[in-house]
Amino acid sequence: MDLKVKAQQFNLYYGNFQALKEINMEIFPKTVTALIGPSGCGKSTFLRSLNRMNDLIDTVRIEGRIILDGNNVYDPKTDVVALRKKVGMVFQKPNPFPMSIYDNIAYGPRVHGIKDKLRLNELVERSLIGAALWDEVKDRLQSPALRLSGGQQQRLCIARLLAVEPEVLLMDEPASALDPISTGKIEDLIGELKKNYTIIIVTHNMQQAARISDHLGFFLLGSLVEYGLTEKVMTNPERKETEDYLTGRFG
Amino acid sequence: MTRDGFDKSLNELQQEILRMGSMVEEAIRLAVQALSTQDSALAEKIVDGDDVIDDLSNQIEDDCIRLIALQQPLARDLRVITTVLKTVTDLERIADHATNIAEIVQRIGKAKLIKPLVDIPKMAGMVQSMVRDSLKAFVDRDVEFAKATCCKDDEIDKLYEDLFIELTGFVMAGGESERVVQALNLLFVARFLERVGDHATNIGERTIYLVTGKKEKY
Repeated sequence: MDLKVKAQQFNLYYGNFQALKEINMEIFPKTVTALIGPSGCGKSTFLRSLNRMNDLIDTVRIEGRIILDGNNVYDPKTDVVALRKKVGMVFQKPNPFPMSIYDNIAYGPRVHGIKDKLRLNELVERSLIGAALWDEVKDRLQSPALRLSGGQQQRLCIARLLAVEPEVLLMDEPASALDPISTGKIEDLIGELKKNYTIIIVTHNMQQAARISDHLGFFLLGSLVEYGLTEKVMTNPERKETEDYLTGRFG
Repeated sequence: MTRDGFDKSLNELQQEILRMGSMVEEAIRLAVQALSTQDSALAEKIVDGDDVIDDLSNQIEDDCIRLIALQQPLARDLRVITTVLKTVTDLERIADHATNIAEIVQRIGKAKLIKPLVDIPKMAGMVQSMVRDSLKAFVDRDVEFAKATCCKDDEIDKLYEDLFIELTGFVMAGGESERVVQALNLLFVARFLERVGDHATNIGERTIYLVTGKKEKY
């Protein structure tokens, strides 16, 4: 199977501080990869490296390569807007725009030049269906997105992402601010989405990582300490650091 | 170090398994003693005592389920708990075999034994030490000792085969039906002891899995 994403000797510095050290990682298409590790270990930094969100921070310097579908995303010729369309991101806290549900979803396609009303309608419906939110909002597409519940807002953000037809979804603790029922819906949704998308998720919830991911990467102090099939890592990790972290005997 | 409470619970779980192990080992010892001395009263005690072992088995199982639910163990912790869960079943079966032997003692009663019992007590001594050693290997997380313990099962199987040939000899020779029935009963005893060896082997294999994460068959 061809790789979707590949990190090669990837280093990242915030000024003098090295936040990522020699990361080598191969991510397969249409799988869920969970990144775990203590706060400050570099997992979110790594996630943001994949669609160059770290470019927005002035002091960031990188070495090595991130290969997406065979192309280095850090190549100077890379169109960063196109990259972020292809590799979208969902954050910890749902962040809908202060506009209607419909306009939230249509925002991306409109920015990318789609004006046709029917085409937009179709995209909005398909994205909301894809994010398992359609049935709950189809009768009130014009109401403010901020009136939705937290869990619905997060699924709206996922729908907003789907509307620009990405291939890779980056999720930074997408369910950590949600109650167990909303969390369950997001997890089910991730299971559905992986049929069509490659998903990389940062989570602090070990059981969540166990439930939803195919591969698991454990980060510690900027290094990828262990990476493998989730089932294997969760039951029988190779490295003592992983063992200590998973069993809560860290430090 | 964090999770002190959980560590304490895991330790207690292992102490309970050891306690159950020594009860089970004693049951086997007494069952064979009752057979050698044809002591029906002792046999009855063993049959009655099985309920205590069953209760302990249930309690350990409940403790495992509680820890899984409340502590959501992963990696080695998870392997420790699944090992305890499997081991408790093996120990419970061993105790059942002790009871089975005790029931045969009651059936044989005071009838004259068809042969002096030599190999059966020998087998019993071997399986007892296998049970003890397999649990020691578990507590010490000693893979080599676990493997060595598992290998002892071959000797037990050999003794069982010898006994099988000898006792089927009595059956085929015919004669008084009581003698034939006793030969069959003693054959069952040998079979039960052989099974005890298999369960002790299982416990050894679980220890290998616990430490290495690999399933090995002995």
